[in-house]
Amino acid sequence: MKVGLFIPCYIDQFYPQVGIATLELLEKLDVQVEFPANQTCCGQPLANSGSEQEAEPAYHHFVDLFHHFDHIVMPSGSCTYHVRKHYDRIEQTAEVQHVRKNTLDLSEFLLDVLNLQSLNARFPYKVGLHQSCHGLRGLRLGPDSEQNLSRPSKIQTLLNMVDGIELVDLSRPDECCGFGGTFAVGEPAISVKMGKDRIADHESKGVEVITAGDMSCLMHLEGIIRRQGKQMKVKHLAEILNGVQL
Amino acid sequence: MIDHAEKAAEFIRDEPRTDWHDESLWFIRHKRDKASQDVPEWEQLRELASGIKDNVLSELDHYLEQFEANALQNGVQVHWATDAAEHNRIVHSILKKHGVSRMVKSKSMLTEECHLNDFLAEQGIEVVDTDLGERIIQLREEPPSHIVLPAIHLKKEEIGALFHEKLQTREGATDPGYLTEAARGHLRQKFVEAQAALTGVNFAIAETGGVVVCTNEGNADMGVHLAPVQIHCMGIEKIIPKAEHLGVFIRLLARSATGQPSTIYTAHHHRPRPGAEMHIVIVDNGRSAQLGRSDFRNSLKCIRCGACMNTCPIYRRSGGHSYGYTIPGPIGSILTPGIDLKAYSDLPFASTLCGSCSDVCPVKINIHEQLFRWRQIIAQEGYLPSGKKRALAWFGKIMARPAWFRFTGKVARLALRILPRPFLYNRFNEWGKARELPEAPRESFQEWYKKNRR
Repeated sequence: MKVGLFIPCYIDQFYPQVGIATLELLEKLDVQVEFPANQTCCGQPLANSGSEQEAEPAYHHFVDLFHHFDHIVMPSGSCTYHVRKHYDRIEQTAEVQHVRKNTLDLSEFLLDVLNLQSLNARFPYKVGLHQSCHGLRGLRLGPDSEQNLSRPSKIQTLLNMVDGIELVDLSRPDECCGFGGTFAVGEPAISVKMGKDRIADHESKGVEVITAGDMSCLMHLEGIIRRQGKQMKVKHLAEILNGVQL
Repeated sequence: MIDHAEKAAEFIRDEPRTDWHDESLWFIRHKRDKASQDVPEWEQLRELASGIKDNVLSELDHYLEQFEANALQNGVQVHWATDAAEHNRIVHSILKKHGVSRMVKSKSMLTEECHLNDFLAEQGIEVVDTDLGERIIQLREEPPSHIVLPAIHLKKEEIGALFHEKLQTREGATDPGYLTEAARGHLRQKFVEAQAALTGVNFAIAETGGVVVCTNEGNADMGVHLAPVQIHCMGIEKIIPKAEHLGVFIRLLARSATGQPSTIYTAHHHRPRPGAEMHIVIVDNGRSAQLGRSDFRNSLKCIRCGACMNTCPIYRRSGGHSYGYTIPGPIGSILTPGIDLKAYSDLPFASTLCGSCSDVCPVKINIHEQLFRWRQIIAQEGYLPSGKKRALAWFGKIMARPAWFRFTGKVARLALRILPRPFLYNRFNEWGKARELPEAPRESFQEWYKKNRR
């Protein structure tokens, strides 16, 4: 099984520790993982801003880099969703179809491909799970509060494998954090207000660490937490599964 | 042009009020969750409703003609209006024929859309909205901020002050029971005096030629039962094929809207009373153009429950008026670009694409996917702000060139580390107004990987 690791652009630049945690975790699980050089971006920021056309070169670049892998794994539900859902506008060659079909969020790869049952990780903190929207409602990584369907939550299943972790129940378990890509700068007032409200929910439950499957949500929340001088921390799911300590 | 971001920022300036608005609507969303969970086959019902509406939209001409034929047979007078102006003229001509100077109205977002009240007022006809919320905003001379809860943006203190001024209630009164009684007394007089009654339509059944109106206050029924002339105005998309389909929608509508198992009144109007007249006005006003847009046609499935507004984290924090259209929120943001792309080019961007609206929608409209599609059209038509357009073009170039990407990233991180704060946090930095920028590491992941794994 050949696995290609994709590290989203903003994680590469601002949160290398999340990329490292993802890589180390996969290595620990004996996955033959390769990180092809010359990666850039899946193109989502452009497409979500209305510029799908300008994103096409990035789409082709992504497919060129990854089409010879059996699975393409990335620590992001949002970028995964973008590749699977929105790479429909370029010509559907066998390579493109293969890439769209086999691009997986880390949590999907761990549970659906590796069939992971247990982990050697300990994280003795009160943790609040932020359900990133594209993972939740796009990839259906878990049940959302709108639909009356029962499906197990992949991210919760993984977190429950971690020793000592205390996952809290939030009063709004899956409300959007307000990041939304360029929305964060296009509608800054609402974006920040949504983030503040999410943080307040976690704070009222005594959360010490907010985690998520997407670092972009956490980048936004962390920006507000730091500005407000709060003690709460943010950690990507991959970091906790890889045994990060505070 | 509607500047949603600016209007939203204005709304949020009063943060406690924003929290109150958000909580009020979230409470309704939560009631909707509980009500929908009481129906084990909820998701199948949504699927069924969506399928029925798909069929309606693909055979709309056929169903409309069937509906008209059956309504005519029942003794109803049927009128067709291409646009808002024709709709208003038709209603006026009916009223003129009967010498009507006072009309009561209820439950019609369509007449809001057509600005009927203003038009009739210019012709010297008094129109009184009889739903409590609608009456409140009519007295305040402002548009509704929600399609089911038109006065949800107002607090009871404000309504107390309004009623004191307009209906002579006690000064400072805020008791909802007292204020509602005052409104009832005031409206009763209007009902008795009305020479005509107009309502909207929730469902029009092709096989029977009848219309169904769902209300909670009984005002639509009271108006229609008292007045010698009854008029029902409907958009062409309100059709359902058979009476047996009604149950599917009735079970979904009130649960989605307010968390009630059904509305208090579900009135079926089939034919005029002896000695009275019944009219139905069927309105297009841009709907067939929307029907012709394959990516957006299923926005016409909407049954106007308002659930997408209640669930939308942006609507809850910006209020209905920030959308600048009769139908606000997520559904408004996919309907308006079809009406005036330039004027409403902001609205498809007033979303994080979180997808909650699509999952809450009782007829499964893929609202967030349509928002995404409208964004593409807005960019293609050149309606993106020019600064944004340039930035995106650059971003696209960089992301197709790995060396550029690495270089720009390195420079950006260096700048973040060494530049003094005022260079980073200033009026050009929308991110940094209330948020810190991420801390820039010395090494990117790619740089780390090169050192540690190759």
